[in-house]
Amino acid sequence: MTSVLYDVPGPKARRISLIGSIIGVIVIAAIVVLAIMTLARQGIFEGQRWAIFGQADVWSLILNGVGATLSAAAVAAVIAFPLGLLLCLMRISDVAWIRIPTRIVLEFLRGMPVVLMMLFVLLVFATSSFVAVVAGLVLYNSAIFAEIIRAGIQSLPKGQREAGLAIGLTSFQSRLTIELPQAIRRMLPSLVAQLVVLLKDTSLGYIVAYGELLRAVQVMADFLGPQFLFPVFFVAAAIYIAINLAVSRLAIWIERRGSKKAAGGMAHVPVAGTVPAK
Amino acid sequence: MDVIIESLPQYWDGFLRTLFLAVVSGIIALIFGTLLAAARVSPIAALRGFSMAYVEIVRNTPLTIAFFFAAVVLPRLGVTFQQFEVAAIIALSAYTSAFIAEAVRSGVNSVPIGQAEAARSIGMKFSQVLSLIILPQALRTVIPPLINILIALVKNSSVAGAFYVLELFGYGKQLANEHGDAVMSVLIGVAFFYLLITVPLGYLATVVERKVAIAR
Repeated sequence: MTSVLYDVPGPKARRISLIGSIIGVIVIAAIVVLAIMTLARQGIFEGQRWAIFGQADVWSLILNGVGATLSAAAVAAVIAFPLGLLLCLMRISDVAWIRIPTRIVLEFLRGMPVVLMMLFVLLVFATSSFVAVVAGLVLYNSAIFAEIIRAGIQSLPKGQREAGLAIGLTSFQSRLTIELPQAIRRMLPSLVAQLVVLLKDTSLGYIVAYGELLRAVQVMADFLGPQFLFPVFFVAAAIYIAINLAVSRLAIWIERRGSKKAAGGMAHVPVAGTVPAK
Repeated sequence: MDVIIESLPQYWDGFLRTLFLAVVSGIIALIFGTLLAAARVSPIAALRGFSMAYVEIVRNTPLTIAFFFAAVVLPRLGVTFQQFEVAAIIALSAYTSAFIAEAVRSGVNSVPIGQAEAARSIGMKFSQVLSLIILPQALRTVIPPLINILIALVKNSSVAGAFYVLELFGYGKQLANEHGDAVMSVLIGVAFFYLLITVPLGYLATVVERKVAIAR
């Protein structure tokens, strides 16, 4: 590995770097060993604590949690994307009395904690917790989708719109048939990255008592006894991270593939968003 | 409306605690995140690997899981906190530092290669190149994304309200329970106090973005 930040290491620097690496690994290993020993003293690794994963009931509870997480995320994503498109079109509309109120609404939605929106829907409209979770996710993420697509439209060369108008399309037709398709394609990596955020935010359902994965962990720990909290939590966290990692990889893959194919290339946006939106 | 005026003391207390959580975790995350970014570009392979693994795992972990770990699982394992604020600050700063590291790293990448080459050619070593030449320029370009991360941090601190910390969201839940007939005004009051922090910060990000945009 060479980097412009430092010279190609010579024999002396390589030795220092190797020693540094070894010390680093030892320190990290020591921390891990310490953590494992602390856990072992709590009896975490006793076989019977993990034996519960041999039971079908436990897995069906976990899978129910995963299903609840994924279904809330899927429903929210399917509703939020078209809504985001609509909000984006309204936000860049030529008509001031559409554009300005939309801008205020978007500003409001983006400045609000998602969990507060979920609680608001849950208590004020007395809905089920599923509807509250989906509504909170939709409200927030449609605003973010709108902003992402707007950024995509603004990044297009001016000539695209001018050419559209020049051949006699109306402003709206040009947006819909010329600019939007290119903008969406350009921003696809960011849009997929936002899906990771959306998926992560379903875990906020725990707070409004929606039976997602983390709630399932809590229920199991209450039901089976506190000594099972750690094993169940460990497995649930691993599942969450695995799903999110898979979607993040998808975003990176789309970006690589897109930058090879698309003529203008894709806007490079770090996966999972530099903005850890929530 | 009466409910909001009546419970202004609670709102104010919650508002201050939200600010406190955000400021303390923000400072810790800024320092730790910058260190992580420095480790990510360092010549030592172990540091690079650690930084990469940390950022990758933490960015893909839901914040609620981090909070659940700090506030529910850790105490069961014998790590107890005097106050739940400590658990909240640990969860928030550990989570946010991964995003800050990523932002700072993209800033480091945006500094023209010639800067590092010039620094090296006058004989600077890695730590000097990074701290004197690259980071000051990188941090300048990443101020707007950093402000956006801090806005997200303010909003994320609301999760603490569900884990025994009485900040804005925590008070909101409590007040909503006490005033079942005026839930809507109670929660709109909470929303107002959040916007009081996030909207000016967002405005600041736009202004700074215009100011620091250096023509290259």
